[in-house]
Amino acid sequence: MNNEVSPKESLLKPLFKNNPVFVQILGVCSALAVTTSLRTAITMALAVIFVTSFSNVGVSLIRKVIPGSIRMIVEMTIIATLVILVDQLIKAFSYDLSKQLSVYVGLIITNCIVMGRAEAFAIKNKPGASLLDGIGNGVGYGLVLVIVAFFRELFGFGKLFGIVVFPTVQNGGWYVPNGLMVTAPAAFFLIGAIIWVVKTFNKDMQDSE
Amino acid sequence: MDHALSMFIQGVFTQNLALSLFLGMCTFLAVSKKVGAAFGLGIAVVVVQAITVPVNCLLYNYVLREGALAWTGIDALAKLDLSFLSFITFIGVIAALVQILEMTLDRFFPPLYNALGVFLPLITVNCAIMGGSLFMQQRDYNLSDSLLYGVFSGFGWALAIVILAGIREKLEYSHVPAGLRGLGIAFMTAGLLAMAFMTFSGM
Repeated sequence: MNNEVSPKESLLKPLFKNNPVFVQILGVCSALAVTTSLRTAITMALAVIFVTSFSNVGVSLIRKVIPGSIRMIVEMTIIATLVILVDQLIKAFSYDLSKQLSVYVGLIITNCIVMGRAEAFAIKNKPGASLLDGIGNGVGYGLVLVIVAFFRELFGFGKLFGIVVFPTVQNGGWYVPNGLMVTAPAAFFLIGAIIWVVKTFNKDMQDSE
Repeated sequence: MDHALSMFIQGVFTQNLALSLFLGMCTFLAVSKKVGAAFGLGIAVVVVQAITVPVNCLLYNYVLREGALAWTGIDALAKLDLSFLSFITFIGVIAALVQILEMTLDRFFPPLYNALGVFLPLITVNCAIMGGSLFMQQRDYNLSDSLLYGVFSGFGWALAIVILAGIREKLEYSHVPAGLRGLGIAFMTAGLLAMAFMTFSGM
């Protein structure tokens, strides 16, 4: 990352052109795991946006006083503290949601997006720009989550946000739920498909043979 | 014995860390281009997982969980519930243990260090390791169970990455549609592998 990034660019670039999930391949773990329904996906996306933006600000604020040799552990501590905060908040306000997300909230700590942005951007840039960069990357990640969750919930359960869109056969409707969509392989296929679509329209992202 | 066997099936196949729980995906996709490298990383994950899960289990049961400090005999400590600190403790323990492992290998087993050395720093931020400890906490394993779980789940991850690397090496020679080349096809392959591993559920 160069140092001359305009605020608009640092906010907008990670949304599509430099998307953390399908371009930089960061933070894929949770992108696949929490996407069986839109509610969990959006909660997770908000949690990651919160953690990335504030960890970026935190790291950026103290970037000049952190000795280089221990910067990783300092970043890790900031991130872990924020994740604990998020986890406690979700537990307090929406306990059943926190049960559904299970360990994946804790795993934001090891989500490479957060660490990656702290290391690649925040450590070299001013707090304001870092905040925007954090939000941009968080939203870019959330975008992929929502797309994947949309397809998985719609075709897996015939619902969106728990509201029936396709009435299923069991309930007297016409739609036979696609069981595969709820399982693990479907998540891989969907992300693969998204990458395929993006790379087809964006020739310069393609790998050479 | 039955118990160990069911832990094995669960850890390696039905609840495979990489393919059904999606843990350690970043390294899973990044390092699975060559079988040799995938194998080295796989071994490193097994070793680290086998050490960190039991250690975190001990810490959780004797320091962090509610009433865990009762052994000190001090009333104020016995009532303490420190479980909210478990994330930061686990990640600290993992980082420290990986560092110690690296130094020990360097000092006493140089050939092994040369083989695994490059992979060890990658492991600290590998969510499979953190995930192993978090699942241990969630499922309330005791010490022996957590050791079994650590070894088996690590082995499952290693198996998955070696298989994927083998397939990707062969894929180099096939004609993949331009947009799907590289990462896209790796995801598709992983999806097919996940389906294969899923068939073990119900055993």
